[in-house]
Amino acid sequence: MKAICWMGKNDVRLEEVPDPRILDPRDAIIRVTSTAICGSDLHLYGGFVQTMKKGDILGHEFMGEVVETGSEVRNLQKGDRVVVPFPIACGKCFSCQKGLFSVCENSNPNAWMAEKMWGHSPAGIFGYSHLTGGFAGGQAEYARVPFADVGPLKVPAEMADDQVLFLSDIFPTGYMGAEMCSIEPGDTVAVWGCGPVGQFAMKSALLLGAERVIGIDRFPDRLRMAREKIGVEIVDYEETDPLEFLKETTGGRGPDGCIDAVGMEAHTPGVLYAYDRTKQAIMGETDRPIALRQAVTACRNGGTVSVIGVYGGLVDKFPMGSVMNKSLTMRAGQCHVQRYMRPLLERIQKGEIDPSFVITHRLRLEDGPQGYEMFREKAENCIKIVLKTNGIEAEGGRMIH
Amino acid sequence: MERRIGERRQGRRSASQSDRVEPLAKSLGWFSIGLGVAEVAAPGKIAQLIGLGNQPGRRALLRFYGIREIAAGIGILSGRRTDGWMWGRVAGDVMDIATLGSAMSSDDTNRTRLATAAAAVLGITALDMYCGRELVRTAPTNHRMSFKKTIIINRPREETYSFWRDLENLPRFMERLESVQVRSETLSRWRARAPAGVNLEWDSEIIRDEPNSLIAWRSVEGAQMKTSGSVRFETATGKRGTLVTLEVEYSPPGGAIGAGIAKLLGAEPGQQVENGLRRMKQILETGDIVRSEASIHHRMHAAQPPAEFEEKILGEGWRTHQLPAEHGRTFRGEEAL
Repeated sequence: MKAICWMGKNDVRLEEVPDPRILDPRDAIIRVTSTAICGSDLHLYGGFVQTMKKGDILGHEFMGEVVETGSEVRNLQKGDRVVVPFPIACGKCFSCQKGLFSVCENSNPNAWMAEKMWGHSPAGIFGYSHLTGGFAGGQAEYARVPFADVGPLKVPAEMADDQVLFLSDIFPTGYMGAEMCSIEPGDTVAVWGCGPVGQFAMKSALLLGAERVIGIDRFPDRLRMAREKIGVEIVDYEETDPLEFLKETTGGRGPDGCIDAVGMEAHTPGVLYAYDRTKQAIMGETDRPIALRQAVTACRNGGTVSVIGVYGGLVDKFPMGSVMNKSLTMRAGQCHVQRYMRPLLERIQKGEIDPSFVITHRLRLEDGPQGYEMFREKAENCIKIVLKTNGIEAEGGRMIH
Repeated sequence: MERRIGERRQGRRSASQSDRVEPLAKSLGWFSIGLGVAEVAAPGKIAQLIGLGNQPGRRALLRFYGIREIAAGIGILSGRRTDGWMWGRVAGDVMDIATLGSAMSSDDTNRTRLATAAAAVLGITALDMYCGRELVRTAPTNHRMSFKKTIIINRPREETYSFWRDLENLPRFMERLESVQVRSETLSRWRARAPAGVNLEWDSEIIRDEPNSLIAWRSVEGAQMKTSGSVRFETATGKRGTLVTLEVEYSPPGGAIGAGIAKLLGAEPGQQVENGLRRMKQILETGDIVRSEASIHHRMHAAQPPAEFEEKILGEGWRTHQLPAEHGRTFRGEEAL
């Protein structure tokens, strides 16, 4: 089959690889129909995540049709159309039974690696380095899905791929980011990063009852999407200092909830960026926590900072004094996708949201490598790329610019 | 060769030897730091002192050498892998000599001073090499090893105990353990395979068996592998499953067999035991060992499905653990909210 493989830093290619096969009775094989490139795939692409190996199949946002099931998978049948959550979770361990699927205790065969870095290991993740298991990803014609009796969600035939694909990651991730803010009526929520996850975090904050939502970014098309498609206020941080703006617009109090949807490769104008970039280059820190520092500093006394942007290792100059003295609550995590898929599917069915609004490009799987480059460069106002294996026309889609 | 290594490892470090080498290593470590600080702080003065002239390029080089010296010094004084750091110093000395040598042909240098400096470095190099060799020669070699590892398993004590008590289950999750043949209620024959085709076999007997709480065993008199161990089962707080605590001790013999056993246990034997327990947890909680496209290979491998010819890597195939129905409920995402 054809698959998009990581071949080195800034080098992904379409390769011919063996077809996946059932390795465990709880596996299923999916024929992928749609798969997306995630912002976090760019961290892998740029070589910011350790333990990648030449030839790794990428991709953790995918859906398709079940073509084979292991003997223990009784909830799925050949021909079922399913969306696959990106964290691999066993459904049997302490974490899974608490609904904390992204920290499943069993699904990472390389748990020892992650333990050395983080103390404990999170769940395995499709196509996301060997630190999270060395699982082949879903940017391919077929994919093996472990614990298929736990994760995949069957979707109704009348719903298009583009409407439900993002239940695999970015919609639940954004939603969890908003949910972690414990939003109350009248709350103001600020979101750093208006990429696809940030867009879903903003939309979810509104769905959860926030009165004001403010999106912060520097790319005009992303800010425009936030304003026009979601209807939130926007701040271009290259023109306006977000800290000053947020303070002023809340009468000096600060936002009740602050969501970091940026993660380890943040930018900022001026010397601070140069400082962090340099520290990163000389391995003095692995992540640039620029958005995170701002979120902590901006947050109101007793407010919540919610981190859904991806971090990998160590950060420098973290304002812990602000967290402690302002009585902040900090919450974070890879999304426990499995627990949000059903309720969010219902929200889509009720028409509360159509997640396909973030899609700017639909490409053939074969064009994935160009997609990565385009996404990294933010060329052609690229915000979200979906790769199709059936041909673009089959989905009734077209290239949108 | 193998035999000689084995014999060396057998010997314990004698007090007189280590008394002689360690202070020397420490002095060399402090010397390294002192020289390094001088090179970093006043590269110009040092350059003139050793006849290297006072050019910006050479000053930068000396600063770099200074950082190298400081790193080596700290490494040696840290007391961990002292021999490695000492050989690092030797490599640094070679760099120094090469630098001094190449400066000889330059016009702006003082050859007399360069020659004096080179002689001094040669003397230090000899001392470094001696110290490095002694450190390797007298390294502690007693391979008696013991580990204690614990894991929490989300299953009842009875089930966890019974799984282990059926000793033939052990090779399913303990790496390198090829088979365990149960001979009687207490006796069993163990086979393990080390890299490079070294096979080990020994008989083991259960010396204590307290149902649902404890199993202890030891190798029988005269076995090739001298080992003993115990595994304890305790109900975790809040009835959150079972705490399994494994304690193992090995005293490998000397010679080729000892070397083979050292290989069998690998560079990080504690890690192997821990990974084994983790796989046992996977079997008991999920029904099988969790496999990724990469992890089914013995070495680091790309996360791609196995090709046809690689099928053998999967070994004898699955023997899924039958999860009892009353404990086997799978928590599905859909139920969570």
